[in-house]
Amino acid sequence: MLEIKNLHARIGEKEILKGINLTVPDGEIHAIMGPNGAGKSTLSYVLSGRDGYEVTEGEVIYDGQDILALAPEDRAAAGLFLAFQYPVELPGVGNANFMRTAVNAVRRKRGEAELDAVAFLKLARAAVKNLSMKEDFLKRNVNVGFSGGEKKRNEMLQMALLQPGLAILDETDSGLDIDALKIVAEGVNALRSEKFSALVITHYQRLLDYIVPDMVHVLSGGRIVRSGPASLALELEAHGYAGLEAA
Amino acid sequence: MTALPSKKLEAWRYTDLAPLSEISFGAVPVAVAPVLPESDLPRLVFLNGVFSEVLSSRLDFAGAFDAVADASAQPLARINAEQARDGVTLTIPDGIDAGTVLLISHASGDAPFAFHLRHRVALGQGASLTIVDIAKGDGVYWHNPVTDITLAAGAKLNHYRLQDESREAFSLATIRAHIEAGAAYEHFTATIGARLSRTEIHASLAGEQATAHLNAAQMLTGEQHGDFTTVIAHKAPNCPSRQTVKSVLSGLSRGVFQGRIEVDRIAQKTDGYQMSQALLLSPHAEMDIKPELRIYADDVKCSHGATIGALDEDQVFYLRSRGIPEAEARSILVRAFLDDALAPVQQEEAKALFEAAIENWWVSQ
Ligand SMILES: Nc1ncnc2c1ncn2[C@@H]1O[C@H](COP(=O)(O)OP(=O)(O)OP(=O)(O)O)[C@@H](O)[C@H]1O
Ligand SMILES: [Mg+2]
Repeated sequence: MLEIKNLHARIGEKEILKGINLTVPDGEIHAIMGPNGAGKSTLSYVLSGRDGYEVTEGEVIYDGQDILALAPEDRAAAGLFLAFQYPVELPGVGNANFMRTAVNAVRRKRGEAELDAVAFLKLARAAVKNLSMKEDFLKRNVNVGFSGGEKKRNEMLQMALLQPGLAILDETDSGLDIDALKIVAEGVNALRSEKFSALVITHYQRLLDYIVPDMVHVLSGGRIVRSGPASLALELEAHGYAGLEAA
Repeated sequence: MTALPSKKLEAWRYTDLAPLSEISFGAVPVAVAPVLPESDLPRLVFLNGVFSEVLSSRLDFAGAFDAVADASAQPLARINAEQARDGVTLTIPDGIDAGTVLLISHASGDAPFAFHLRHRVALGQGASLTIVDIAKGDGVYWHNPVTDITLAAGAKLNHYRLQDESREAFSLATIRAHIEAGAAYEHFTATIGARLSRTEIHASLAGEQATAHLNAAQMLTGEQHGDFTTVIAHKAPNCPSRQTVKSVLSGLSRGVFQGRIEVDRIAQKTDGYQMSQALLLSPHAEMDIKPELRIYADDVKCSHGATIGALDEDQVFYLRSRGIPEAEARSILVRAFLDDALAPVQQEEAKALFEAAIENWWVSQ
């Protein structure tokens, strides 16, 4: 279970998150929607431990653990995964090597045996196939020269291999064609279990047709201004965010 | 002895040999048996600058050292000619692929000493050879090797160097390559050791379609100074030359790259490319880059670029967010940064050797 309590965070002097309260029970998928600049990506970065954000108040408990005290790599080992809105290119780093290093780093931290290259490749090839990606993606440098949609699929590939307990998908649907959107949704749905929960950040109702959320939250001006069932997304699609800030 | 080059010379502006001139070098001590790399490849071993029959393989294309005169403009090469006592002469006949040979220098002694190896490499038409040149040692010494290379038409020499000398040593290597039509000189130097070092390469592209790739990876720390200086002379039309120099500098170290491309009047359709990138791991490290183009032909393509920067923290975070510990994330990115320079090294053992040396350098940081 993820519990975000009264989370305030700023970048430099600028307060971006102004008291977020949000609980995602195990097994649930919650969607976060909200206008540009609302603080959605900031929230996902703060949760995953990126430098440059100062948490001034509040706490984040995941699986009973205060994760704000952990280094990013330890959060990943604890089960957190962020699918980046803008995946980072790593020239000179092979995709397969990168993912094997990541999977083994996490396995090591969890006290599990590392996978050798052969065992890993077998897993990776299966995951690549599930995501309808071309196999040469494993041989290429991480995200280098990937199209926007390919980068997002590569994020999903990493998620499939790392098997997180909590995934944060930051606009993973942006830039995806309709087929890819379905494939990504299937990838998320495949992980659905009592031990998996997710925060799905999106601007579009469309994704939520495929990944039906247990709850929808609206983040605006650094706060959750409204929460409701899946149908809230339809309402937002029809009426926009106007008037919500005051609610 | 010819005097050491002074800082007043343009070619030595960034590399000051004053610390070298302050040391008095005595007799070459008796060598101790070194730990040699485990390998089935044939090898030629020099201990404190003296050829070791016992440790070396017998190669029918390897000949003995021969005294030389040197009236060249390079003071270090002249000093070498005056002082050289040993070296190897490799002569590969036309059309022969001589495979890979390890050329190993190991130095150690309690008091400062100097040695000046003189190597000659001559490849006949269409011949090929890979030299993996490894220099290591302990203590204070000055290694001043000169390697003269001639490549006949269509020959191919891969020349891979691991300069992993003692951190107290001075290493000043001069390499001169004469490259005829269609021949290729592929060079890679990894500069890891020595207190003060310079690799100076003069490559002359003397026939059409002759190529030179001069790559380097300098990994320096503490107060190390490393200099990679190249002069590529395009003396015939249609010759490509490529240089990729990557420097990773930590502590108070200082890296230098001086790259000159000279294009003669007849060398039309020259394609010269030069890139120098430095990664500063500490705010006190320094990189000096001096590209120089001297172009006397009108139809040429020559470009050079230089960047100096730190590790990209967004990349570090991306790796860490996937569970990779910070130190490992940084090491992956440093290795990735070096990739372009290292890419031409395809020979398996050489590749493994450099990978291990890079890894080792990082771990010892
Ligand atoms: N490094 C930074 N320095 C200053 N302001 C920043 C920085 N990063 C983000 N911000 C600001 O913080 C606010 C929230 O940004 P954030 O990226 O979290 O928005 P978002 O909700 O993800 O928007 P979008 O829907 O466009 O992705 C914005 O006003 C943005 O300009
Ligand atoms: Mg965003």
